[in-house]
Amino acid sequence: MGRTMNNQELKQLQVIAKHIRRDTIEEIGNLGVGHIGGALSVVDILTLLYFRVMEHIDPKNPRNENRDKLVLSKGHAGPALYAVLAEKGFFPKEWLLTLNKGGTNLPSHCDMNRTPGIDFTTGSLGQGSSAAAGIALADKLKRIEAITYLIIGDGESQEGQIWEMAMFAAQYKLSNLIAFTDYNKLQIDGSTSDIIDLGDIELKWKGFGWFVQRVNGHDFEALEDAVLQAKAQGEKPSMIICDTIKAKGFSLAEGLASSHNMAYSKEVAKQAIEELMAEDGGKEK
Amino acid sequence: MTDIATMKDFRTIYADTLIELAQEDSRVVVFEADLMSATGTKHFKELFPERSINCGVAEANMVGIASGLSSQGFIPFVNTFGCFATRRAYDQFFLSANYARQNVKLVGLDPGITAAFNGGTHMPFCDIALTRVIPDLVVVEPGDGWAVHHLTKAVYAHQGSVYVRLQRKGNPIFYDANQTFELGKGIIVRDGKDVTLVATGAVMLEQAILASQALEKENISAAVIDMHTIKPLDKELVLSYAKKTNAVVTCENAQMAGGLGSAVSEFLSEQYPTVVRRVGIQDLFGEVGTVEYLMKRFALTAGQIVQEAKDAIKRK
Repeated sequence: MGRTMNNQELKQLQVIAKHIRRDTIEEIGNLGVGHIGGALSVVDILTLLYFRVMEHIDPKNPRNENRDKLVLSKGHAGPALYAVLAEKGFFPKEWLLTLNKGGTNLPSHCDMNRTPGIDFTTGSLGQGSSAAAGIALADKLKRIEAITYLIIGDGESQEGQIWEMAMFAAQYKLSNLIAFTDYNKLQIDGSTSDIIDLGDIELKWKGFGWFVQRVNGHDFEALEDAVLQAKAQGEKPSMIICDTIKAKGFSLAEGLASSHNMAYSKEVAKQAIEELMAEDGGKEK
Repeated sequence: MTDIATMKDFRTIYADTLIELAQEDSRVVVFEADLMSATGTKHFKELFPERSINCGVAEANMVGIASGLSSQGFIPFVNTFGCFATRRAYDQFFLSANYARQNVKLVGLDPGITAAFNGGTHMPFCDIALTRVIPDLVVVEPGDGWAVHHLTKAVYAHQGSVYVRLQRKGNPIFYDANQTFELGKGIIVRDGKDVTLVATGAVMLEQAILASQALEKENISAAVIDMHTIKPLDKELVLSYAKKTNAVVTCENAQMAGGLGSAVSEFLSEQYPTVVRRVGIQDLFGEVGTVEYLMKRFALTAGQIVQEAKDAIKRK
């Protein structure tokens, strides 16, 4: 497939992603601790989806039946999605500074009953995948032509429920389900290959009957191309394996397993944001 | 609808009621985990192929899929053996269905000893205890064929998740066609003044009625309450009969710890301390056998209820 976005559009997405990273770093830094690593690794996927791909996303009508939906099954990356939803206007940006504080609408893990724009409650790994397949099935039963997007983690892929869902979605031909694996190769206790290796992850999903692609999860053009191909094939559920960098854009934490749930001060956040914003606006690292 | 009392078993009544609901409401969807034959929903599938979802042998995923479907306005009835419904899919039911405030009707078949020949691995003794601690969940066990029909409709109409303990086989009838059923409202099956037998489910409702008849022969007047909704407990009814009889015996085909007996004891010990004796499974695993054998094995009999009732009266 040829290029689907021009340089200006690409630049625009890169700028938005940078702002989302800035807000995410600040949001967690304000609290002093949080899941910064896995939040930053999915920023580009979320940015592409919410600012270019997903249809009928309306902050005034967050439950619009015809909208594309998104389930962030790796619910601990919620802070990145909150930054996206605030940017989209689902709630005021000031809410971001209430993350994880008593009585907040922005809990550590996604909660559909607290946060406008969250399509399903997640947190216990694996569960969001089935919920997403259920949502995709619901749209099929209602003859609604919408896509349900699902983001799972690589560590999360060790959960059996992921593979139960994988068989189900293939059986029910949920071609309106497009999933992403945030393959940053790190989990809490170390590298996924040292803990429980995912092995040939592409082959696994293919074997489960999915339409599988593999891209650089920080490359907007590659991501968009994969989404378009996933939509075009129209027969199977889709898995886009995204090679990503944990804590991408936060130099102090980038590529460290310890960034999964990391403590850092407001000062460190400020420095990280200055460094991030000083980077060349046209090129991602 | 045909006369409920003439129908073969609970599962047929349940499956026919689902068909009735599905005919009226396109939001009703039935989920199975390779137990369609056991549940008796094959006819439902013939009538509503799109709304009959077989998830294969994957109960955790089934509850998750149903939760996602519910978030889009559907009303899923999710059927599997009670042991799998609660123990296998507990976290999914807890979080994706309940914590996420979805409208999932989870139906656990073969409660307690009615798992019979499937044995200890398949015997849900602790399902009441597991589900009763989930905030706002409604926990129901119908006691006869009419109750299966009417409570299935009430469960459908309730906005929120429900766990139903559903015996599959047999159709014991204790009510007539005019009996009404309301979630959270126990039914006074028989009035009495010396002791109150609070029972849930068909097995123990029958034993409680038999026990009340046996007690009557000894000039002991026993009230029988069908507590078809275990949660929320009908506190008003429990309190009024605790005051009236000052002795209560709970009867359940389930682990006593955390079950109906616990619910009644917790409430009364705080509100109106009353002598309570409990009939139920006493911290034991299940095993194989006929229902009749297992009733004796686990002391779930009218005789046991009579003994506990007399003991309770003595301790007043």
